[in-house]
Amino acid sequence: MLGTFISILSRDLTLALRRRTDVLTVLFFFLIVVSLFPLGVGSEQALLRELGPGVVWVAALLASMLALERLFAADYEDGTLEQMLLTPQPLGLLVLAKVLAHWLLTGLPLVLIAPLIAMQYHLQDGQMLIMMASLLLGTPTLGLIGAIGAALTLGLRGGGILLSLLILPLYIPILIYGEGAVTVSAIALADAEPYLMLLGALLLLALLLGPWAAAAALRISVE
Amino acid sequence: MNINWFKYASPAAFYPIAGRMIPWFAGIALALVLGSLLWGFFGTADQLGGTNPQKEYYRIIYIHVAGAWMSMWLYVVLAGWSAIGLVFNTRLSFMMAKAVAPTGAIFTFIALWTGAFWGRPSWGTYWDWDPRLTSELILFFLYIGYIALHSAIDDSRRADRAAALLAIVGLVMLPVIYWSINCPDPTQCAALHQRSAPGSIHASILWPMLGATLGFWSYSFAAVFARLRGIILLREKDNAWVAELLQGEPKP
Repeated sequence: MLGTFISILSRDLTLALRRRTDVLTVLFFFLIVVSLFPLGVGSEQALLRELGPGVVWVAALLASMLALERLFAADYEDGTLEQMLLTPQPLGLLVLAKVLAHWLLTGLPLVLIAPLIAMQYHLQDGQMLIMMASLLLGTPTLGLIGAIGAALTLGLRGGGILLSLLILPLYIPILIYGEGAVTVSAIALADAEPYLMLLGALLLLALLLGPWAAAAALRISVE
Repeated sequence: MNINWFKYASPAAFYPIAGRMIPWFAGIALALVLGSLLWGFFGTADQLGGTNPQKEYYRIIYIHVAGAWMSMWLYVVLAGWSAIGLVFNTRLSFMMAKAVAPTGAIFTFIALWTGAFWGRPSWGTYWDWDPRLTSELILFFLYIGYIALHSAIDDSRRADRAAALLAIVGLVMLPVIYWSINCPDPTQCAALHQRSAPGSIHASILWPMLGATLGFWSYSFAAVFARLRGIILLREKDNAWVAELLQGEPKP
């Protein structure tokens, strides 16, 4: 079972490294959206400090959603997905491996690039760390919930827009807690702890239910 | 009493029953809603008493609270029929779920609309991003997502099952919505009518509210059955019994 998990993971990572633009597009989308806000609302330092946490999280939500469309699409088109459905391995595990690969390629870079965003928005060093922590806990949850939506909209016309309609309402708690953690850490770093714990709880819940629900959705979409 | 419930799981058997129940539920709904609103608008006190500054406009709660209750209950009903459909693979359950969704969305919209109208005199603004209205908005998005996914998939079998799964996933959000409306600890959420335990509401206000809610329930039954009959006819149009029905021949 672990062997299957690792082979799917390494396969997806290898495929992505052969086509690097897919990964970089998401990262640059995130950067561009975040950079547009100071141009749109004005570049006063106090204003940017206030806006920063929310803007980063909204941009992370949009970037994650943009990348999700491709989570199963390529495998669906060339028939790999059907073969995966036929294997005796638990489908939830395969989905988990794919989501993990997807997160390593599109979620983790967002966490690593966070310090740059923190500089753009004049956040303090401690706030930057909290922002990285909240993204580290929150982005895998986005991927796990999003996988359900990606599986449901597989192969539909206008699937991308539909995906955003289905998934964004479910993202709202993560947005609220993630943004909350960064905002309260401006006053005292310890205040962010409950928000991070809630983000962690959401991650555990998503780990428990997400792959299973996404697997059920895949079976519905492919049958 | 020994009723074979599975007999009514067949669309052909349920179609005439639904047709017979619609006028009853519609009549009860009309009587209850009209009666409760008349009582609520003309029979209850002008003011909630004490120092509470809410005067006449609190009466919007007869529609607002009943609408908000229905919006959440119908989502549970929607997810429940979806789950039954996925487990037992019964066609009628999926049709029922599909028929419930628009009514639920309408009640959510009513709750949002009346909430905004209540907010204007109370808070001085139509929209304040307060947790209750915001969570109703999320619920509205969930309904819209269900309807959109269902209509985006052409194959009705896949559409039923995919939308059903989405409805069940969305059910995770319902406790969040419920507790943002009925806050367990009132010191945590400083808002006006946060505690809505039935015991703390004056009887002359509570009863019309419950009456309106029951009326809305009745209306939901009537509307859902009417929509269900349409869905059944559309889906079963190739079957013999529908052809007989449409030609006006007596059914065996």
